[in-house]
Amino acid sequence: MSTLTQTETLLAHDTHEGHDEHHEHHELSFIRKYIFSEDHKVIAKQYLFSGIFWAILGGLMSLVFRLQLGFPEMDMAWMKPFLGQWISISDTGKGTLDANFYLALVTMHGTIMVFFVLTAGLSGTFSNFLIPLQVGARDMASGFMNMLSYWIFFLSSVVMFVSIFVKSGPAGGSWVIYPPLSALKQANPGSGDGMTLWLVSMALFIVSSLLGGINYVTTVINLRTKGMTMDKLPLTIWAFTFTAILGILSFPVLFSAALLLIFDRSFGTSFFLSDIYINGQALPNQGGSPILFQHLFWFLGHPEVYIVILPALGLSSEIISTNSRKPIFGYKAMILSMAGITFLAFIVWAHHMFMTGMNPFLGSVFMLLTLIIAVPSAVKGFNYITTLWRGNLIFTPAMLFAIGLVSFFISGGLTGIILGNSALDIQLHDTYFVVAHFHLVMGSAAFFGMIAGVYHWFPKMFGKMMNSTLGYVHFWITFIGVYVIFIPMHYIGIAGFPRRYYQWTNFEAFSSYGDVNSLISIAAIVTFGGQLVFIFNFIYSIFKGKKASLNPWKSNTLEWTTPLHPEHGNWPGEIPTVYRWPYDYSKPGAPEDFIPQNVPYSATPESNFPEENELIKEEKAIQGIVFDKTIHD
Amino acid sequence: MTIFLILLAIVFVILTALVVAKTQSIMKGVKPEAEVGDNDYSGAPDKFNSANGAGLFIFWIMTMIGIVWSFNDAKKYFLPEASSEHGVETDYWFWVSMIVITIAFVIVNTALFLFSYLYRYKKDRVVSFYPHNNKLEVIWTVVPAVIMAGLVFTGLRVWNKIMDDAPADAEQIEIMGKQFAWTVRYPGVVNNKFGKYNFKLIDDAANNILGVDFADENTYDDFSSTTEMHIPVNKNVLLKIRARDVLHSVFIPHMRVKMDAVPGMPTKFWFKPTKTTDEMRAELSNGEFDYVIACTEICGRSHYGMKLKLIVDDQETYDKWKKAQKNILTENPGLMTKVPDNMKAIAMKYVPAVEAEPAAVATVTGDAGNTSKILK
Repeated sequence: MSTLTQTETLLAHDTHEGHDEHHEHHELSFIRKYIFSEDHKVIAKQYLFSGIFWAILGGLMSLVFRLQLGFPEMDMAWMKPFLGQWISISDTGKGTLDANFYLALVTMHGTIMVFFVLTAGLSGTFSNFLIPLQVGARDMASGFMNMLSYWIFFLSSVVMFVSIFVKSGPAGGSWVIYPPLSALKQANPGSGDGMTLWLVSMALFIVSSLLGGINYVTTVINLRTKGMTMDKLPLTIWAFTFTAILGILSFPVLFSAALLLIFDRSFGTSFFLSDIYINGQALPNQGGSPILFQHLFWFLGHPEVYIVILPALGLSSEIISTNSRKPIFGYKAMILSMAGITFLAFIVWAHHMFMTGMNPFLGSVFMLLTLIIAVPSAVKGFNYITTLWRGNLIFTPAMLFAIGLVSFFISGGLTGIILGNSALDIQLHDTYFVVAHFHLVMGSAAFFGMIAGVYHWFPKMFGKMMNSTLGYVHFWITFIGVYVIFIPMHYIGIAGFPRRYYQWTNFEAFSSYGDVNSLISIAAIVTFGGQLVFIFNFIYSIFKGKKASLNPWKSNTLEWTTPLHPEHGNWPGEIPTVYRWPYDYSKPGAPEDFIPQNVPYSATPESNFPEENELIKEEKAIQGIVFDKTIHD
Repeated sequence: MTIFLILLAIVFVILTALVVAKTQSIMKGVKPEAEVGDNDYSGAPDKFNSANGAGLFIFWIMTMIGIVWSFNDAKKYFLPEASSEHGVETDYWFWVSMIVITIAFVIVNTALFLFSYLYRYKKDRVVSFYPHNNKLEVIWTVVPAVIMAGLVFTGLRVWNKIMDDAPADAEQIEIMGKQFAWTVRYPGVVNNKFGKYNFKLIDDAANNILGVDFADENTYDDFSSTTEMHIPVNKNVLLKIRARDVLHSVFIPHMRVKMDAVPGMPTKFWFKPTKTTDEMRAELSNGEFDYVIACTEICGRSHYGMKLKLIVDDQETYDKWKKAQKNILTENPGLMTKVPDNMKAIAMKYVPAVEAEPAAVATVTGDAGNTSKILK
């Protein structure tokens, strides 16, 4: 890219530069520094802590319903102290889980994991933390908006948390909240106050997500440091940018769906309701369509799975390349496939709706588009594997989790080829085959990406190292656990077991597999237990961990050029200038096996390729870029 | 149960012990620690590196063994061969696709874990600086694309056939979902036409569950059941599906049939059953076997209990059964009040005079000796 266009694109950059002196002079109050902070690093940690809180809660909920499914005869009386009214005790003293609360648990598990953990916890943490650090910016384009984004998310979290304790129970129509079930209080206790709070919480969540997303995109476009052209961005940043674009374009549609559902619930409109007779009464609503809601929901709902998985893939690209001591294979192919996925993500939503009575012709179209999206996903998988090939692999906990992610992404992605085929979906739709599929490809894979990210960037976040031996223990329990949970689940799906069933004993056809379901439940409990190792390691290392060096993984990206505990503003002096792409690992001729992005080609004559020697001439021009400081961000 | 709890307790005790032991060793390690320099290599590969690399590959071998073993163990519970014409076809393509993805699953994961083992860190290993190869990218874009195209086109062909309009001679049966039961209705043996319905006419108290319209003459010979659905074997059956409160979904696992029931938007699914209930009982050597219809769209508290028995008869038995059914008016004489005065005379023709008793609870005897109770 010519230096001229660079100057143009980076015009507005670095307006902080002029006034970062006074940042250092006055100490911010505790509240402004750690609570209502505008520092992207603090906000990232706030997202991370919130995400971990939600992950524990969401995980515990799944254990309760796994106990119900794995051990339907179990005496649940011991859970009475914390589940209260939702455990009923029979005359013989046997406790049983309330069937409505079972549905509420399934609903809340899904909602919490998809939105609060894997969207806010993952994207919120790492987009915030890494975008300014890796593009070379003092902070986000708008620190204030960023702060608002977190605190609106916090408010949304509080509302969702409160909803768990309302008398009629939390939302119980599953995380897809299809009306009319979710619209009619009389249809399900979980469609009462719990549902109202769910909708309010999600509306706030969407506002938060949009504030965050706009900030991410703006920062990447406008605040890159000198020399950081788009083709020198780490893949993490590309992934976060595509994720933010997906969110910005699709979340408003969910907002509209939620709003219309609020109208239907509270103000007597009929957007999604028609021809309903319930509780001895014919409702006046006519002309609405429940299918319309499903279209609106999945217009977000499908991109949402990519909002969840893309950042995880971005993080693992960086981690795998660094720990293979080898450039990521096919940098441009990776960007192109992410662009392809981003585009296709918007036009495959109705593959969730093959069996809803939607016009079968639409089904054909969406089947075609859905199977196309498998191609860029496959390309990504192959590129990761080729990156490992003839590398020198260092199995840090982050690397292990990243490899686990690739395995889950492949294994779970492959069954998507079957589910995306509408003819085969007839039998499998809404069975455990689907549950197994998405828990591997987006649930576990994205979760592994998040965990890998925490292990890898922990030294930058807290200046300490996490204990790697505990990390290995954590990895092996979780990795084996996830496969033991989800591979047998496919068998249950093939046998036709429907989802969201409180128990299967009513059906002779679904009464087999008692032992498999018990196994899955035990594996889930052990896997959850394994996460306690992580929580312990995480908290312990923050306080007592071994001090980290500045660049503990010998990585190339800019965040490792900051001090151990970067202040607000990230770099004490000038922001480093970037001269090369982030993946110069094990370059032939170089004395070390990594060359950071801020090392100019003129300093590495021994390892330059001929075309790179040509670039030495441009270095002066890059250094000479002057940002227009009169434009304030 | 107790065994499970004990097992669980043991696992946690072991985990706790592990964590405690580890913590102590960390604590020991932390105190006399040398000062870490800014330029040290904190993340250097440690003594577990090779073990982790080898572990990944061993894990993968164990996983493959585990999958083969568990699949063989689990498949005895898979559904028996499909009892419908299209089901045989979708099953066939399901297993073809399974074979294709299993091959990909094995190849790709093997590469992933084998490379993890082969290229584990060694101090003097020479790394290949290999940033891209466009030929490779093209190959692994085109190969999956071609395989996908193959699957898409076979899938589309099957899908279009299944979703095509039902043949005109198809046996039509209406099935309606409500919280939490299915009700079926047959067009009757006199005119073989469904009477109209409207959700505003539904009256549970008077036992007009389906909301059928008694001003329509076609209604009078219609008969319904809340306990079972009969269908003839080797004849196309068209299910006309609707719901009256929330979403439901008709799922007949053995027939590979599924379609949502949507309030306000009738849906349909047609199929051709190929095995009678009796044939299936013989095939499975299970005299108790019955086809079922389940609900697969979350519909509330008793979603898991929404079950209807499905009986596949041979044509003769089916026709006999149909003839023996009493129409809705006969079943519920109280509904005669819903018939408009000008239609009463016509409606009366459908009600045998003998059945004049004002039955609050009527009992019907089906062909297979099933005694089923009609709602109060």
